[in-house]
Amino acid sequence: MERNEDLKRGLLLKLQLSSNPSLLCAVRGAVERLTESLGFSAAESRAVTRAVDEALTNIIRHTYCGRADQPIEVLFHSVREDDPESARGLEIVLCDCGPAIDPERMCLRALEEIRPGGLGLHFIRESMDIVEYNRANGTNRLRLVKFVHMPQPDGNA
Amino acid sequence: MRKSMKEKDIVQISSRELDKTVIFDVSGDIDLANSPTVRKALLREVREKRTPRVVINLSKVRYIDSSGVASLVEGLRASRDVGSRFILFGLSTSAREVLQLSRLLKIFEIYDNEEQALAG
Repeated sequence: MERNEDLKRGLLLKLQLSSNPSLLCAVRGAVERLTESLGFSAAESRAVTRAVDEALTNIIRHTYCGRADQPIEVLFHSVREDDPESARGLEIVLCDCGPAIDPERMCLRALEEIRPGGLGLHFIRESMDIVEYNRANGTNRLRLVKFVHMPQPDGNA
Repeated sequence: MRKSMKEKDIVQISSRELDKTVIFDVSGDIDLANSPTVRKALLREVREKRTPRVVINLSKVRYIDSSGVASLVEGLRASRDVGSRFILFGLSTSAREVLQLSRLLKIFEIYDNEEQALAG
């Protein structure tokens, strides 16, 4: 989770959308195709898609309180560490203009509690290699990175 | 009796009655846009109609997000409150993954197919 090396990056895709839940399926479709084209396994592709979907859901529900007309921007960069032999991956930055997020509200809840709610952040953290939040110039920025995990010689990913 | 409800988004829910069982056939994605529809249908069946056994066919559900999982958890909790059964079957790989991530796979009564769900 703390893999924060300097990465070379190139913009792959930029999405600008309103905070309308009915757009989530379109974003999922785009992320699925993008991750497949980058060589992620099916399981990794599902993980990245899930993380982006849950991050957008959190923005819509909590940052924008369900308002459907607020701006969201999602930037997708290919990333590679300086070492050419090292892992390549996908960096996703989700930006919104809502109020600052209280870090206290970003705590994970205990999964032993069988109750609805509070799972989205858990899904994001379980699905991605790097999850970082910061706020700059009135914008919330959630940065997610997933590296392509090459199959091992014994066939295990 | 067969009822059908189509949302403007991409989830469809229909229900079938079989003896003291209601089977919900759900298709599409269950996400923030339409999980309230799923939640409402499930809770109505469990809380208001007090159906002894509610079975949810997820074989045509491609994706479930955390709000969809929350709806299923609410249905399960409501069924426990009224003493009924709440059963899932036909989970896709994606649906199974989110229940695994939520550590809920062993909490729900889950079967591979309808025949097993009704015999269980």
